[in-house]
Amino acid sequence: MDAVIKTEKLTKRFGNFIAANELTFEVGKGEIFGFLGANGAGKTTAMRMLCGLLAPSSGKASIAGFDIYTQTEKIKRNIGYMSQKFSLYDNLTVSENIRFYGGIYGMTRKDIKTKTQSLLEVLQLQNEAKTLVSELPLGWKQKLSFLVSIVHDPEIVFLDEPTGGVDPVTRRQFWDLIYYAANKGVTVFVTTHYMDEAEYCNRVSIMVDGVIAALDSPANLKKNYGHENMEDVFYELARKAKRQGD
Amino acid sequence: MKQLIIFIKKEFLHVFRDRKTLLMLFGLPIAQIVLFGFALSNEIKDSKIVVADYSKDAVTTKLTDKIAASKYFDVEYNLQSASQIEAAFKKGTIKMAIVFPENFAEDLMHTNKATVQVIADASDPNVATAITNYVTQIINDFNSQLSNSSPQPLQIMPQIQMLYNPELRGAPNFVPGVMALVLMLVCTMMTSVAIVKEKELGTMEILLVSPFKPLYIIISKLTPYLIISVVNLFVILILSSLFLDLQVKGSVLLLVFGSILFILTSLSIGLLLSIGAKTQQAAMAGSLMGMMLPTMLLTGFLFPIENMPIALQLLSNIVPSRWYFLIIKKVMLKGLGFSAVWKEISILTVMSVSLFVLSLRRFKIRLQ
Repeated sequence: MDAVIKTEKLTKRFGNFIAANELTFEVGKGEIFGFLGANGAGKTTAMRMLCGLLAPSSGKASIAGFDIYTQTEKIKRNIGYMSQKFSLYDNLTVSENIRFYGGIYGMTRKDIKTKTQSLLEVLQLQNEAKTLVSELPLGWKQKLSFLVSIVHDPEIVFLDEPTGGVDPVTRRQFWDLIYYAANKGVTVFVTTHYMDEAEYCNRVSIMVDGVIAALDSPANLKKNYGHENMEDVFYELARKAKRQGD
Repeated sequence: MKQLIIFIKKEFLHVFRDRKTLLMLFGLPIAQIVLFGFALSNEIKDSKIVVADYSKDAVTTKLTDKIAASKYFDVEYNLQSASQIEAAFKKGTIKMAIVFPENFAEDLMHTNKATVQVIADASDPNVATAITNYVTQIINDFNSQLSNSSPQPLQIMPQIQMLYNPELRGAPNFVPGVMALVLMLVCTMMTSVAIVKEKELGTMEILLVSPFKPLYIIISKLTPYLIISVVNLFVILILSSLFLDLQVKGSVLLLVFGSILFILTSLSIGLLLSIGAKTQQAAMAGSLMGMMLPTMLLTGFLFPIENMPIALQLLSNIVPSRWYFLIIKKVMLKGLGFSAVWKEISILTVMSVSLFVLSLRRFKIRLQ
């Protein structure tokens, strides 16, 4: 397996509080990697370290072959990120949003143009290119947001609870897009609360109280813990948690 | 560089698509100037005045006629005693009283000098200054006419008395005050809100994950407001020149330079506020409470700083608009050059540079 994310005892402390404790894992190229955990388990902290938003307290990690301490600029060029909050500009049109995000990644005008075309085609939004994002339904915004986060063809895309507050049908469509990206070779690192989504991942890790309590494919996890579904696996692990969610 | 331009373009789109903000950005200075313009209007016509003539000779009659003939005054003669005049002032029916003492013409012919008393109701300082100026001009004019027709130089000296508000604070103070206030408001509030908005939206995280440098984010956020503020500055200058007859007496370049320094200071304060604030409301409240009040109170255009308690006087030193206000007054109203404002300019330079560096460093730390 070609690892594009590799961490070794990656730790983040806030004072005495250890938000993420000695995380060691690898994510392979083109993999859809689910990062599960209850609120406050340390998912977002871990993800932020990997994206370069937070400096780790100790441990090692490399993203797309670059060191997270010394080569953050190179990492930034090779990753995409979609935050929990919907992250497009409401008072810009669909194509202006794409142009802006493409632009700050230094894409050429021509690349942005062709990219915009193909993105709109995937979403079947060709007629909405000049529509203000504020006028789109939430589901469309969410999907557009995802495609914008991979507009610059990153090696890895980090999705932080991308489907929060979205209806089941749209969530399903959203996952179709994730598969679409994974098929193109993009590695997807996704945090989620929804256990049905965990089933869609190639492998999942479950974080409890800042440590990785389990890491395997959903099928193996169910087998090893003797449960019918991921929900029960997750519940068995997560109820041992001592920390209160935020 | 190209990335920067794309970002700045986006910022302009935000500004131009948000009608409310746009209205505030450009409407505010215009509204303020027009408002103060009317309050300041130096054409005060048909002011009711009384002439108390205790001499009733050829000279006083001629001078009274001359005053009555001007479009500025509406003269009533019927008041005679001092108590009547005082009562009229108190009732507010007259704006000014002109009192010729007894033997006015005789004094003038024998001593070449005579004094006329001009008493104005200065409870409205703008009106009082304007009308006493008119009357002084009329008397000066009359003096030169007299001197032309007489061998010796004759002089009637107006003795001006301002009732109720002898200090006459106000008048041309307003335009510099409005400039300081508007620029401070636009720069501080708009930048802090613009940055906090991105934080609230969650787009800030995306920007930080991108290879786009924090310094660039800051520059792109500041640029539109810097440009808009400079436009506003010229709008204010043009309006005040057209409507208030208040031209820039000194160097426009120096004034613009001082203004840009002040704008940069305000932008950096906005930046600093945005780092602390979590919501747009907090940023807005912070800039209103933290900046607008000190600007209004401690700049010196509403309340004279010299009359404040020492503690407030000291405090006013750290209010940037205080120094900017001095620059505008000196350059715009008095026509002084760089040598007169170098102190204020250096203070603003130090303030803007240190605030900018401070906010830049804080900005980075927070997002690491």
